[in-house]
Amino acid sequence: MSELRFTEDHEWLRAEADGSVTVGITAFAQDALGDVVFVQLPELASYDKGAEAATVESVKAASGVYMPLNGEIVEINPALDANPELVNEDPLGQGWFFRFIPSDAAAVGRLLDQHAYDRLIKANAEA
Amino acid sequence: MSTELLKTPLNDLHRELGAKMVEFAGYDMPVQYPAGVMKEHLHTREQAGLFDVSHMGQILLSGPHAAQALETLVPVDIIDLPVGMQRYAMFTNETGGILDDLMVANLGNDQLMLVVNAACKNEDLAHLRQQIGDQCEITPLFEERALLALQGPQAVTTLARLAPEVAKMTFMQYTTLQIDGIDCYVSRSGYTGEDGYEISVPAEQAESLARRLLTEPEVAPIGLGARDSLRLEAGLCLYGHDMNIQTTPVQASLLWAISKARRADGARAGGFPGAEQVFAQHQSGAARKRVGLLPQERTPVREGAEIVDANDQVIGTVCSGGFGPTLGAPLAMGYLDAAFTALETQVWAIVRAKKVPMRVSKMPFVAPRYFRG
Repeated sequence: MSELRFTEDHEWLRAEADGSVTVGITAFAQDALGDVVFVQLPELASYDKGAEAATVESVKAASGVYMPLNGEIVEINPALDANPELVNEDPLGQGWFFRFIPSDAAAVGRLLDQHAYDRLIKANAEA
Repeated sequence: MSTELLKTPLNDLHRELGAKMVEFAGYDMPVQYPAGVMKEHLHTREQAGLFDVSHMGQILLSGPHAAQALETLVPVDIIDLPVGMQRYAMFTNETGGILDDLMVANLGNDQLMLVVNAACKNEDLAHLRQQIGDQCEITPLFEERALLALQGPQAVTTLARLAPEVAKMTFMQYTTLQIDGIDCYVSRSGYTGEDGYEISVPAEQAESLARRLLTEPEVAPIGLGARDSLRLEAGLCLYGHDMNIQTTPVQASLLWAISKARRADGARAGGFPGAEQVFAQHQSGAARKRVGLLPQERTPVREGAEIVDANDQVIGTVCSGGFGPTLGAPLAMGYLDAAFTALETQVWAIVRAKKVPMRVSKMPFVAPRYFRG
């Protein structure tokens, strides 16, 4: 398990030992969304960076989850079908969305680290 | 948002309770508290929820001709509304369109208390003054009075601890009484489908009454988010979404609210704006109508989604939709072409360019539990 990386769209990424990257949404994101009632997970296929890969429906609204980098989605979290509330209860753990193989493995390390993401949240709160 | 938002007398309390505040109808209102929409919704259905609905407009009509005058603006029997009773009504315009929906209570002594929607209250007041201002006294109580709703199966138990006489009231009864020493107007009604009360309280005493009610172990504060999912499960309309100036009571499936006495064959037939159009539509049937809709997948279907038939022809639009925590499934209301409004008709909503199957459903979606004695 390596350290987490983040996007400005409040997704987290974790590079796994097998070369895949796990993606979910941050604690900040799930708190802003409110109670999650449905997650539409992606097809196992290749996606471009920025493509809408999944949709989270909360009691309030629908929000997109975007592909953080170019790559091929190889696995989705089957638990979210029956228990979408895992996104709220354990966003960094059991509430993960999908795993993908990045086209450029080194690109993950160039995303925001924890410190940079925390600064982004702080700046958002003060804006 | 640069314009200053209006605040209810409970604004400080909401913040103290950790509410997320949003703009609603020009007011700074709590959309949810830390418990969140889902838990707040379920708490209301299981115990008792306290809602701040002080943004709504309370207007007092007084004078011997007040009831007669109000009847010229609504398709509802006001003249024979008994003292101590409340009734649902709507203001119509010359084409039968709905200007707003409201509650009307007869206080006795030639006084009627109206509760109108926050977003419409200034227009409603102008409408009343213009149309019937010469026939009765019209007193807006927008600043003077707050409105609290206590809703849920434990509402009676908790409120009766402070004012035992509320236990004897039945659905839609209305009375003046003291709660914790504060002079209140209390109705046994609400907007959740549950038993409960709405309490009109002088603005300066609203916070102390709310704090007192929140000390009862069954009572939790509930935000506008859960208020919306509760009313949707109860099949109740939200003005500006499920009906508006372009929909008549017939189209909005609110024919039940048009009193017998005011119908085409009634003792005081017509006499409200747009009566001819409403009666004609009742006779011939409306071209489109509001219906309940149950999505057959887990995807919530939201306001604005197009509704199509098996041949992808557009046959309607979703006017309210979301997830029903008590139902445990998504639910919606929409306007459909008349040919598709029969119960169990199969239709589809377009969500993110995909067809989500839905069935036309009876409403309410969750059985109401009003106390009728």
